[in-house]
Amino acid sequence: MSDTLVPEGTMIGRRLERREDERLLAGHGGYLDDLDLPDALAAAFLRSPHAHAKILSFDATEALALPGVIAVFSGADLMEIQKPLAPKVQHPQLRDYPRLPMPPAELHYVGEPLAVVIAESRYIAEDAMELIEVDFEVLPAVASTAAALQENGPLAHSGDETNVAVLLSQSAGDAAKALAEAPNVLSDEFFVMRGGGHSMETRGVAARFEAATGQVTIWDTTQAPHYARQQLSVIYEMAEDDIRVIAPADVGGGFGPKAQFYGEEVVIPWVAMKLGRAVKWVEDRQENMVTSMMERSQTHRVDVGFDNDGLLLAVKDVIEHDQGAYCAGLQVPSITTSTVPGPYHVPNIAIELRACYTNMVPTSSVRGAGRPQAVFVMERMIDRIAEHLGLDPAEVRRRNLIQADEFPYKVGIMFRDGSPLTYDSGDFPTLLEGTLERIGYDEARALQAKLRQEGRYLGIGLSVYIEGCGLGPYEGAKIRLTNKGRILVTLAAAGQGQGYETVYAQIAADGIGLDMDYIEVKTGDTARIPFGQGTFASRITATCGPAVMDAAKQMRERLLDTASVLLGCDASEVDFVGDKACLGGDLEKSVSLQQLAQTANIGKHGITMPRGIKAGIETSSYFSPERAAYASGAHAALVEVDPETGEIEILKYVIGHDCGNVINPLLVDGQVLGGFAHGIGNAMYEEPVYDVEGQPQATSYLDYALVSATEVPPVELFHIQTPSPLNPLGVKGAGEGGTIPAPATIANAVEDALRPLRARVTRAPITPARIVDAIVAAAAGQD
Amino acid sequence: MRDHATEFPTRTQDETHTVGCTVNGREYEAVVDPRMTLADFLREKLRLTGTHLGCEHGVCGACTVIVDGAATRSCLMLAVQADGAQLETVEGLAEDGELSPLQCAFKRNHALQCGFCTPGFLMSVTAALREESVTTEEQAREVLSGNICRCTGYTGLVKSVLEASAGKDAQA
Repeated sequence: MSDTLVPEGTMIGRRLERREDERLLAGHGGYLDDLDLPDALAAAFLRSPHAHAKILSFDATEALALPGVIAVFSGADLMEIQKPLAPKVQHPQLRDYPRLPMPPAELHYVGEPLAVVIAESRYIAEDAMELIEVDFEVLPAVASTAAALQENGPLAHSGDETNVAVLLSQSAGDAAKALAEAPNVLSDEFFVMRGGGHSMETRGVAARFEAATGQVTIWDTTQAPHYARQQLSVIYEMAEDDIRVIAPADVGGGFGPKAQFYGEEVVIPWVAMKLGRAVKWVEDRQENMVTSMMERSQTHRVDVGFDNDGLLLAVKDVIEHDQGAYCAGLQVPSITTSTVPGPYHVPNIAIELRACYTNMVPTSSVRGAGRPQAVFVMERMIDRIAEHLGLDPAEVRRRNLIQADEFPYKVGIMFRDGSPLTYDSGDFPTLLEGTLERIGYDEARALQAKLRQEGRYLGIGLSVYIEGCGLGPYEGAKIRLTNKGRILVTLAAAGQGQGYETVYAQIAADGIGLDMDYIEVKTGDTARIPFGQGTFASRITATCGPAVMDAAKQMRERLLDTASVLLGCDASEVDFVGDKACLGGDLEKSVSLQQLAQTANIGKHGITMPRGIKAGIETSSYFSPERAAYASGAHAALVEVDPETGEIEILKYVIGHDCGNVINPLLVDGQVLGGFAHGIGNAMYEEPVYDVEGQPQATSYLDYALVSATEVPPVELFHIQTPSPLNPLGVKGAGEGGTIPAPATIANAVEDALRPLRARVTRAPITPARIVDAIVAAAAGQD
Repeated sequence: MRDHATEFPTRTQDETHTVGCTVNGREYEAVVDPRMTLADFLREKLRLTGTHLGCEHGVCGACTVIVDGAATRSCLMLAVQADGAQLETVEGLAEDGELSPLQCAFKRNHALQCGFCTPGFLMSVTAALREESVTTEEQAREVLSGNICRCTGYTGLVKSVLEASAGKDAQA
């Protein structure tokens, strides 16, 4: 995108290269496993081989005898930390089954940690694990939502009454009545399999205890260090000041799973404290495949009622959501329920959620977090409406879209934070029309008709979506003039590659009116800033951005006030030239940032401060958004499907994107295009399959396909900017927009391509085998 | 049937080997366990932590280094196999603190976000561009297809490969 709208002299809006890149490109990044912790011990977790089992006996005698093994702890050896890990997002009706860091008695999914081995090296720790004898009583496993919700089926947790975690419903208007009276009603069932985060760096935790101070330092690849510290202070019954959690400056991707809190994060620091030695655990990929939270499956049974013009009258959606073995939080299903209506006028809506426990890894947010499933369902039904009425799918969308002059738009149901779901701003018709124009929609329809005559199957898929982002409760920033005369911006938010060191320096530069070269950004260390929430839900630009801007404006005031006292003038007469505050732009009459620090921050020991100078140049600000902001977008795909092999070839793909004002177009484009690659994976490849016994079947990248450069097609991306009125920067989130509508777009394109064969696409990922099955099923149905 | 137990005696704890190799033009020697991977050798023994482990089963490509001129997954090779070899890792790409044209192209085109996969991409592409020019987007995608990036997609990477290759031709 162009940056022609950028006001002259501002850094916000500029397409700037990243300052992080220099070290990362040279191999000098500092990821968790790069930490040099002298004499650190290595940890390896022994994990459940069964989806559901009781531990009958545990014997680590032989393992402990292996040279190089320092200790082995089972869950029963660490009873003092076996306290429930709280769900991130709760609900009064949630039946929360306690998730313990390392359960001592019963295990509920393959990969659940049951013991930890501490040794001189990871090689030895893994050797030792093979020598541990565990007797299990294998129990019946629940490996699908269908199995979980069937009557008198097995229970995911022995002795429980039901597998249901929570039943929730949301409604506006009277969907039952509207459906009963609607001239047209269509129904279908959709199954969306979402994949995992698959950050290229796996999870990891290292910890060192300082007996002299009673403080423990924890390096954690987390997206939310303050959240981790809060959880640990409760479990350890330690003051939060004695727990320092550091998300290293370089974390190799997050995407949601690293925003969750895991048993390993409790066990490793505790072991370090017990042993008085530094301990490091870095998850290997096999562990990551079975124990890092993923999003996995939802089943939707949906009914839509509409009039003969294709106008939506009612939507009813019954959702089965797989929480996995424990509820790590209700964020994903909550987001799904509030995303179903999407960018459309839906006068009557009823959504029922049935979240249940199964014997599979706990599920949580992954890039897109519950939205791709909802968008899949709604966008598939919009296409079905068009098909039913013989209308063009683009036209049905046009007729139902919320218009640009209807904001703020109240949807009628509630958002996950308990506030009425209200879209702040947007222009969905412009997004749709721009996407249609760029995909060459009319020409594509003409080509489709022509190729159909030749027996070729061209399809066009469209999707329009909204994304609630920039969530509360708050995020903050602290800005300080350092003793060296530089500006240090400190954020609680931990980055995982988003470019925080660049983006927040841009914002601070504008707020202070100072060149970026003098501004440094540090993130993700609970010792540097007391309060924070963390990076998730495309929220940081919209929450932390305004906080940085506000703290930066205060900083400007402090710096110029201090300079004006030293220069003997009014603050309004002072401005920055380089790192000097000058009177009337005259370098001869100036004080440097370092001199300001010398005067106001360092001072002269025991000597009175110059009159008028306020000591301590440090500012801070916390921003609490009133509610979520709404980013939006439209995707269009042109595909050709081979009905013999089920192969999908993506011929062209267009993304229209609106995340409000853009701070750095280069980085926003990267976020959207990266999200798109993830979305193509969800649409066509990624599937964390489990068998009926709850055994994960995709535990390496030989069984679980991540997309490479040859699978992700070229894409045309354009932006519109409808600033959010909810924050002073007018920004919204951009990290997930490329992902959310991709499965729906591909599904619509494939079903459109196969319309002459009447094949139905009801599951994602859309694999060649499923396409061939759908064609065969359709042919059988026609007989 | 041959008796493998007698042919391959069980490893003992203290059985070690000395590995000598050249990495980025500098000679190193270290004592290793025979089962230590080349990736762990570089990272743990030589403290060259630019080489990253993403999957440890040869699919993601994050650990790619150049061994005697060939791009190699250092998670699938043992350190002892590198005895006497000439190795190149990401730490050796920049000369005198100046990023190579390929590294500059990565920066210009936002070909990295978290940077974890980046060293592997750089080494794969460096080896490929030494073999032949990459002039089409399709070729660039083929060259990149042995490595996985989860953050930023492949658009910036494709552009970077094409630009770096064009720059190489211009200099030739």
